[in-house]
Amino acid sequence: MSYTKRTDGRKFDELRPMEAKVGVVKNAKGSAMFKIGKTIAIAAVYGPRDLYPAHLQDPTRAIIRCNYNMMAFSGSGDRVRPGPSRRSKEISMITEKSLTPMVDLKAFPGGVVDVFVELVQTDAGTRCAGITAAALALADAGIPMLDMVSAVAVGRIGDKVVLDVDKEEEDYPDGMADIPLAIANRTGKITLLQADGEFTKEDLKKGIELGKKGCAKILEVQLKALKEKYEGAKK
Amino acid sequence: MNSLVKDHTLALLAKGTREDSRKTDEYRDISIEYGISPKSAEGSARVKIGDTEVVAGVKVEMGRPFPDKPDQGSIMVNCELLPMSNPKFESGPPSIGSIELSRVTDRVLRESGVLDFKKLCIEKGEKVWNLLIDIYPINADGNLFDAAYLCALAALKDMKFPKVVDEKIQYGTPSKQGANLVKDRLPLSCTVWKIGDHLVIDPTYTEEQCAEGRLTVGILPNKALCALQKGQEKALTSDEIDQMVDLAIKKSLELRKVFEK
Repeated sequence: MSYTKRTDGRKFDELRPMEAKVGVVKNAKGSAMFKIGKTIAIAAVYGPRDLYPAHLQDPTRAIIRCNYNMMAFSGSGDRVRPGPSRRSKEISMITEKSLTPMVDLKAFPGGVVDVFVELVQTDAGTRCAGITAAALALADAGIPMLDMVSAVAVGRIGDKVVLDVDKEEEDYPDGMADIPLAIANRTGKITLLQADGEFTKEDLKKGIELGKKGCAKILEVQLKALKEKYEGAKK
Repeated sequence: MNSLVKDHTLALLAKGTREDSRKTDEYRDISIEYGISPKSAEGSARVKIGDTEVVAGVKVEMGRPFPDKPDQGSIMVNCELLPMSNPKFESGPPSIGSIELSRVTDRVLRESGVLDFKKLCIEKGEKVWNLLIDIYPINADGNLFDAAYLCALAALKDMKFPKVVDEKIQYGTPSKQGANLVKDRLPLSCTVWKIGDHLVIDPTYTEEQCAEGRLTVGILPNKALCALQKGQEKALTSDEIDQMVDLAIKKSLELRKVFEK
């Protein structure tokens, strides 16, 4: 079966249009908005600050604590039931694991860096948009990082491996595979890898390469947003 | 983690061996027992991998289909990490560990197509079968991911739908109708762990404590993949992922033999 044209007309290796902005939550130490296609994520970072209850502390370093949430009105179908679900808890956890290895937390033993991710509007790729926004918010907060993290989902539809799957593709009637990835750009190391749907080992290889190329483009948007914040500042 | 134990574990792996003399890519003995709760569950099983022991049961319910899938039944996988099975597990609301275990098991089953959800439909838009799979570790000595998955699959293989009289389920009186597992879509789940620089299969609980990364891979009979879950904090290179997937595919052949025995 051949997938000849993407449902929204994009090229197979083309990302949806992106926008990013930092400093969108004034109260937070760092914050960011990341929009890709119709998916909009906001992330805010508080800390490093003391972690209580104390038994949660790690005496060797700070921990990152993420909370991923879809706003009740953010789904394309029914209202999303507010509050944590098994899905949102898992995504919060994998967001933590995607970011933690690239953040230098040794300087803040016993502390916590809280990362709040809210989805305002969703059209697939929400965990990746959330991770991209969260990494940007961490950088905006001035927390030392080893590398910038960007995330995107690749997919296998028909005989094609495609970049940045949207909702219409996710619901492709003949089935597809969805592979969310997070990449530390400088080293090319992978900090998020999940998948569902059928695909071959070769598809995975191709998908990771495609994901890396996509993330390099997302990185440009992230860096631009960080620089723009200081454009108006006096030299 | 006790650093002496960790050093010892890593030193053994560096020599290509382990605390129980296995090779790095060797499973402990695996056994599957069916029908461990035959009077109450519609399907049930016990899986032992070395000292790790897991039980699972399937209950069926009739319910309304989801509005977006009016002609499909559904499955739900739930796993509770019993405090009796490991001193580190505590009672209380589901921990993130149990949620991940449930969702990864669910993902491999759901995405493989081993269950034909349309065959679980009784009346379109009105009534469908829901299969509720509950998994409990009895003794958790590492590698719950592979044990829990294998156990859920075995419970499904064991299950028979109950008879239905006047639209009421007659629990306890099984029909001849099984879960109809689609043979050429039957997935197995194999988890590869990264401990130090070593790729390790089927770690004990002690070994698991030394691990920094893992990758769970759902594998179909044609060696295509149907699910992935990277766990823990270690960032992996593309090559490492390649090796881990290769090893998982290789070991899934052994798991398949055990399951089909």
